[in-house]
Amino acid sequence: MQRDPLDRDQRIGLHADMLLIRAFEDRITQMAHEQGRLPGMQITCHGQEAVAAGVVRALTPRDVIVTNHRSHGHLLARGVDPGALLAEIMGRQGGLNHGKSGTLHLADPGRNVLMTSTVVGAGPLLAMGAAFAQHYRQEQGVTCVFFGDGAAAEGSVHEAMNLAAVWKLPVLFVCESNCWAGAQAHKEHCPIGEIAARAASYNMPGEMTDGNDVEGVHETARGFLEHCRSGKGPALMECRTYRMHGHGEHDQQQYVDKDELASWAGRDPIVRHAEVLRRDGLGEFMAGMLERADQAVDRAVAFADASPFPPPEEALDHLYVNPILREG
Amino acid sequence: MPVKSTGQAVAEALALAMEMDEDIFLAGEGIGTSIHVNPHLPTFGLLERFGPRRVRDTPVSEAAIVGLAVGASCMGLKPVVEVMFFPFITLAADMLVNHAAKLRYLSGGLSSFPLTVRVKSGVFSAGCQHSHSLEAWLAHAPGLKIAYPSNPADAKGLLLSAIFDPDPVVVVEEMPLYWTIHGEVPEGDYRVPLGQARIARQGGDATLATYGGAVHVALQAAEALQAEGISLEVIDLRSLVPLDTASVIASVRKTGRFLTLHDATRFCGYGAELAATVAETCFDELKAPVRRIAAPDIPVPFSPPQEAFYKPSADQVTQVVRGMMHAG
Ligand SMILES: Cc1ncc(C[n+]2csc(CCOP(=O)(O)OP(=O)(O)O)c2C)c(N)n1
Ligand SMILES: [Mg+2]
Repeated sequence: MQRDPLDRDQRIGLHADMLLIRAFEDRITQMAHEQGRLPGMQITCHGQEAVAAGVVRALTPRDVIVTNHRSHGHLLARGVDPGALLAEIMGRQGGLNHGKSGTLHLADPGRNVLMTSTVVGAGPLLAMGAAFAQHYRQEQGVTCVFFGDGAAAEGSVHEAMNLAAVWKLPVLFVCESNCWAGAQAHKEHCPIGEIAARAASYNMPGEMTDGNDVEGVHETARGFLEHCRSGKGPALMECRTYRMHGHGEHDQQQYVDKDELASWAGRDPIVRHAEVLRRDGLGEFMAGMLERADQAVDRAVAFADASPFPPPEEALDHLYVNPILREG
Repeated sequence: MPVKSTGQAVAEALALAMEMDEDIFLAGEGIGTSIHVNPHLPTFGLLERFGPRRVRDTPVSEAAIVGLAVGASCMGLKPVVEVMFFPFITLAADMLVNHAAKLRYLSGGLSSFPLTVRVKSGVFSAGCQHSHSLEAWLAHAPGLKIAYPSNPADAKGLLLSAIFDPDPVVVVEEMPLYWTIHGEVPEGDYRVPLGQARIARQGGDATLATYGGAVHVALQAAEALQAEGISLEVIDLRSLVPLDTASVIASVRKTGRFLTLHDATRFCGYGAELAATVAETCFDELKAPVRRIAAPDIPVPFSPPQEAFYKPSADQVTQVVRGMMHAG
């Protein structure tokens, strides 16, 4: 299918998104190592920014996102406020989810980052249901779900793909194949090199893409989204990338081959895209971009730090729409 | 006797069992190669020691992990599998509840399923999809046994009993205990029989029954009450199924007051079963109404002050006990 080539603003937008994600997460990494600064564990998508920026920028505002534990990139690319995001990560009142979620289940339904699950493999099922609603109401929307290569081992992912394909639901399954599931390398948990090859067994299109090439990811996502939007059912897009940090910031990566890590560092999606933009004479538009990203993060930190913790008793809120009162 | 952490005690039991019986193997997510390098983790060093034939890292597939255990145990092996965190046991619930628990019964006693499922529990700043005390769910499935240690010696002794028990046993391990609770651990093949409670502290005024990490909260409360001249007997149940009803009843007959404590939510929690048992058997000896102390009926909130609000505290216990003393 022939699509309009990316215009200058789109290309620069992709770059700005990746820089913001990197700047935000670099700060998370730094804060994670300051004792007592951030509660719980911190999970970053360092090295995978091109997937988030490339796919999310291909969505329309009415399209819906379902994401997982490695979600900062998806949320920031969608335009979620970095201050509210960080405040949630810190468990503060001003956080996206009033401190109920914390870092692992960040969602912003107002921006159609509809649901997040940290139960590995749950996202595709949730997305299938959301896509059913879009299909049922004959909306033009697509549901895009991000899940990992490790998640593909869960039975739930099979059930989601099967039903979405049988009922031709508009789901874009995006597998972020970052070569790891915890400390398990791809070949230890997956018998085939490309999870995208499974698409054939559901009679849906599937393709492996270079997940560190932001413009390529974007193009591929646009193509698959057109497919989903045109009523032809789901599609599976696999993005080959690399988890540059450990599973979380506490993970020392003692099980990771140093040469492999170095070789992927040489394929950094942001460095690569900067070279492409410079090559195409767009270098000037990157001027000041890094500083602006850092300033946005500074503002986010200031906002989150100033936000108080929610009152303890408010732990009781938000469970039901119509609260149940119990005695005793 | 050597002093060990709870995590080390679990590892010791696993190693000892594997040395004693070639039919025992371990399986689970990251139990061999882990993202954590921590000698207090229960499977630390076991892959190096026993090799990949007997220590199996699995894909992220909880249904497969427990299915593996059910199938292999029916063939006479003694699988010891790990479900990473308690909420993920729901993904394996079919294998555990519909199969491990029922297949022997369905066979008219012809088959047996000598499997052990170790599951990590506890509240640790990860929010409600990682923390959910579901022991009462499992206790409601006839056919399963449930052990729940509070200290290193019991962690070893209960696990060894579970592994060599001819029926399916779930052992709930509260993760924070792995490194916070140290104690003397008997050497060799030390077993704590399933269904035998332990009096963790003698007392004459009231009986508190509890299990797991809450035992330490109860002991703290008992210490504080002692200063006020109130003597609290603390029963560490150690196993929830079978329940040592006799020890609980004997203690209540002595003290005339009964309360329960757990980190799980209150409604239909394990405390309700205990309260009903005591009400049915000791009604005439009770000097005050039975009381239950538990988490409020909400999922585990993330925000640190709300997480603290969720977990029952020693102060709550002392307050309730004081109230019971005034009641009669
Ligand atoms: C059902 C379930 N099992 C286990 C876990 C623990 N866990 C969290 S992330 C993860 C690895 C997931 O790997 P992958 O899907 O490839 O995502 P990645 O972390 O690489 O982004 C595991 C096992 C979980 N959260 N949910
Ligand atoms: Mg992965």
